[in-house]
Amino acid sequence: MASPFLSNTTISFSSSLSSSSLPRIAPSIPFSSIRSNSTPRRILTVRSKIREIFMPALSSTMTEGKIVSWVKSEGDVLSKGESVVVVESDKADMDVETFYDGILAAIVVGEGETAPVGAAIGILAETEDEIAEAKAKAASKSGASTPSAPPPAPAPGAASTPAPPKSTPAPAAPTVAEGPRKTVATPFAKKLAKQHKVDIESVVGTGPYGRITPEDIEAAAGLSPSKKNVGLAVVVETKPAAPAKAPAASAAPSSLPPPVPGSTVVPFTTMQAAVSKNMVESLSVPTFRVGYPVTTDALDALYEKVKPKGVTMTALLAKAAAMALAQHPLVNSSCKDGKSFTYNSNINIAVAVAINGGLITPVLQDADKLDLYLLSQKWKELVEKARAKQLQPQEYNSGTFTLSNLGMFGVDRFDAILPPGQGAIMAVGASKPTVVADADGFFSVKNKMLVNVTADHRIIYGADLAAFLQTFSKIVENPESLTL
Amino acid sequence: MHSICFQATGVPRSNYIFDSCSPALAVSKPINLRFCGLRKEAFGFSGLAHSSSGRVRFSSRGHSKKVSASAESNGSPPKSFDYDLIIIGAGVGGHGAALHAVEKGLKTAIIEGDVVGGTCVNRGCVPSKALLAVSGKMRELQSEHHMKALGLQVSAAGYDRQGVADHANNLASKIRSNLTNSMKALGVDILTGVGTIVGPQKVKYGKVGFPDNIVTAKNIIIATGSVPFVPKGIEVDGKTVITSDHALKLESVPDWIAIVGSGYIGLEFSDVYTALGSEVTFIEALDQLMPGFDPEIGKLAQRVLINPRKIDYHTGVFATKITPAKDGKPVIIELIDAKTKEPKDTLEVDAALIATGRAPFTNGLGLENVNVVTQRGFVPVDERMRVIDTNGNLVPHLYCIGDANGKMMLAHAASAQGISVVEQVTGRDHVLNHLSIPAACFTHPEISMVGLTEPQAREKAQKEGFEVGVAKTSFKANTKALAENEGEGLAKLIYRPDNGEILGVHIFGLHAADLIHEASNAIALGTRIQDIKFAVHAHPTLSEVLDELFKSAKVKAAALSHGPVSEPVAV
Repeated sequence: MASPFLSNTTISFSSSLSSSSLPRIAPSIPFSSIRSNSTPRRILTVRSKIREIFMPALSSTMTEGKIVSWVKSEGDVLSKGESVVVVESDKADMDVETFYDGILAAIVVGEGETAPVGAAIGILAETEDEIAEAKAKAASKSGASTPSAPPPAPAPGAASTPAPPKSTPAPAAPTVAEGPRKTVATPFAKKLAKQHKVDIESVVGTGPYGRITPEDIEAAAGLSPSKKNVGLAVVVETKPAAPAKAPAASAAPSSLPPPVPGSTVVPFTTMQAAVSKNMVESLSVPTFRVGYPVTTDALDALYEKVKPKGVTMTALLAKAAAMALAQHPLVNSSCKDGKSFTYNSNINIAVAVAINGGLITPVLQDADKLDLYLLSQKWKELVEKARAKQLQPQEYNSGTFTLSNLGMFGVDRFDAILPPGQGAIMAVGASKPTVVADADGFFSVKNKMLVNVTADHRIIYGADLAAFLQTFSKIVENPESLTL
Repeated sequence: MHSICFQATGVPRSNYIFDSCSPALAVSKPINLRFCGLRKEAFGFSGLAHSSSGRVRFSSRGHSKKVSASAESNGSPPKSFDYDLIIIGAGVGGHGAALHAVEKGLKTAIIEGDVVGGTCVNRGCVPSKALLAVSGKMRELQSEHHMKALGLQVSAAGYDRQGVADHANNLASKIRSNLTNSMKALGVDILTGVGTIVGPQKVKYGKVGFPDNIVTAKNIIIATGSVPFVPKGIEVDGKTVITSDHALKLESVPDWIAIVGSGYIGLEFSDVYTALGSEVTFIEALDQLMPGFDPEIGKLAQRVLINPRKIDYHTGVFATKITPAKDGKPVIIELIDAKTKEPKDTLEVDAALIATGRAPFTNGLGLENVNVVTQRGFVPVDERMRVIDTNGNLVPHLYCIGDANGKMMLAHAASAQGISVVEQVTGRDHVLNHLSIPAACFTHPEISMVGLTEPQAREKAQKEGFEVGVAKTSFKANTKALAENEGEGLAKLIYRPDNGEILGVHIFGLHAADLIHEASNAIALGTRIQDIKFAVHAHPTLSEVLDELFKSAKVKAAALSHGPVSEPVAV
């Protein structure tokens, strides 16, 4: 064996793992040594006596591996088939065995260090005479990569040996730079960013407190948002969001911005997606609208009186609507199948509220039966629960009639979209001093608010709505009955 | 005591079965006989047959309890006591002790200031198992890949948070009433109020606003348990910064929750929260996640339980300050480097769960009245759970079990310690072998362990000069696991090749928590690998994973012709 050898002949002796069989065993049989007899690259023409041990590709997705431990130390005699080193891939720890007899001359990549697939991690010499040469080679290997490389430590383990140049494909997401702007991304968002090679710094967070959500990464990576198993199931649970006191309308779907250059696409939150779905569904219902001016002086006076007792305007309006509905059960009904009326035994008033960037409709159940104070109490609880994302499904989906009030923003009239499954929705505008002329021609100033009801014309006709509105108006104009 | 026991050498350090020389146990424990019977069948041909026949002989001996009881009271002035045994704290430890005490004929009372069942039943193991049962099912139903492989189709799985929370709560109240009823049925007096030791063999108890009652007992067991430990700087508001006590009520499922501590509690909650749709960030002070586990198991567990899930982590950091969400701000967590103490990072999350361990609940116990000072809150005890006073002397007739002594903070360890104490006060010396107590973490899949980890075993081996062997089997090779499509898992055996002694067993895989007992019983009974490997396991079952494990161990030939008796593993 004194024939000249080519020290640069590199034989991947750790490539004894046929890569085709790997994915099957990939996740974890760290202890079982893996044997494979089919190694295509094994046909050798030149036999080398100094061989490099390569970082093997232990799975189809592996790009780099970490040395868990060297089973053998420098100077150990190896025989074919013995485990030499334990390598951690992205999937598992695996023993890597030698394919040749020889002596482990040098460890190039120490325990705990990482090397790309194919890089030399150790040097194998055939005879003792070649150890020195092999060591020199190892030193040059590591020396070339790291200028300050110490010679390979003779101690077993040789943890001090520096790693060879890592052609690491640079961690996809650069580590968050500590700067004035702190990027906050959720754990899954970070994972996705790494997976899809999205620079997390370039993503604008749309989540609560401006954090980057998995949806943001998916949008940035140009993926359609993955379906969220859990998210869908708890779809109406509110998401905490920046405490923006946006009006309800802001949550309603406006047409998406046209694809102007520089525009950003922000995916819906689950709640917004639910709103969107409902709104599109509403298009299948033939609706019409009837408006009615209602004088509110008496109601305003009553409100001033009961306000200290914790009664809110919402409760007053809900109560008034409920009492009117009690007299007009048709308006409280719904059309489920396009063939019949479904009369609801309870009058449950859903009230639309803007909450944390979303829109939700907590329901005041049996609003006609509860007194004003209980109703106000109940309303407070519901709003608190909605804020805390603790509404139970029946607390937001059991409405039979919806009330939407934008009066507090000064909106004088608006038009509401009928939510699927209900017969009518009432849009309430602001109450404003209005000059009115009575039958005798006398002018006076009265507070008037415009009420606009949208209804399903399959079951509720114009006259029905008009009669209902008349009753409602009477109740509001003579609100004493509300406190009974 | 030793005098009546002719296997005296084995007694002081032994555990359960080897103490069957005690007359009291032998009379009242049919379990012994049954076990021996099994051995006879299974190992009739093995070396162990000798020892089992020996035990049968002990079992049939009939010393009466009275003999030992009077021996016990020797030296103390004849007094009349209200009870033979008073247990302060009706958790799982106190309950186990009470039941065993009644079985031994002791007049027993248990004092409880809160609800029967303690932490485990009301705020710990029990409700958490309900949540984990839900998370396990959610995981299965959500894993489209898994379902498809089984040929199942399931449309989007969902859950009702309140329904899940109710399940946990209902389970706790059911177990609580079971516990209460079992004690009442046996005639254990349940005394309501906070128990305080007022002097030797004397306890006062009473509800706030009512006059105290004083009761005396021949022996007293402290079993007051523990409460969640909250490091300083962390403000718990019960809503956004919570402990396991709050988390078990599942009042909310935050979008993003930080879990401080990656031990059992943290790990189990990460399983629950991620299954219910939360994202999780672990904060661990040590350099590695899951520091208590065998490193190899921990690594595999991390690959399965952490890496593929919506979880990230910060290791080697302390959370020095955690501020609950308020004024429109999220929960803010300030991290410092655990070593350099320099500020490292600030996290903003929706909620934080403090799972940094548990602190003993021993305040107000009146320990000063018997000259006992706690150590970091723990009641100092010897290996027989006897309380040690400030001068290093034993306090007569006073014992402390469970989390309050901090030896091994597990419900079943507390119960085992309680039974051990009852054995002692009824005249049979007994030392519990803590290395035979199994532990489990109920993630999906589960993790379980008993005895030493590999590094611990290697350290011990170096000190004592023996060799360590490690054997492993995979769940992938197990028919039942594959039938369930749950082949992910590993069982690991750490043993002595020279004599076949089992030093530790660690399992990660489907139903690991149920599988560990074959190993823990073997350790407790001193069964060697060369003997247990002949035990038969039903096919196809998961238990074959352990069967394989024992069979793959390489015990040296010399050990196979060992002497007649396998000595129990020393504590």
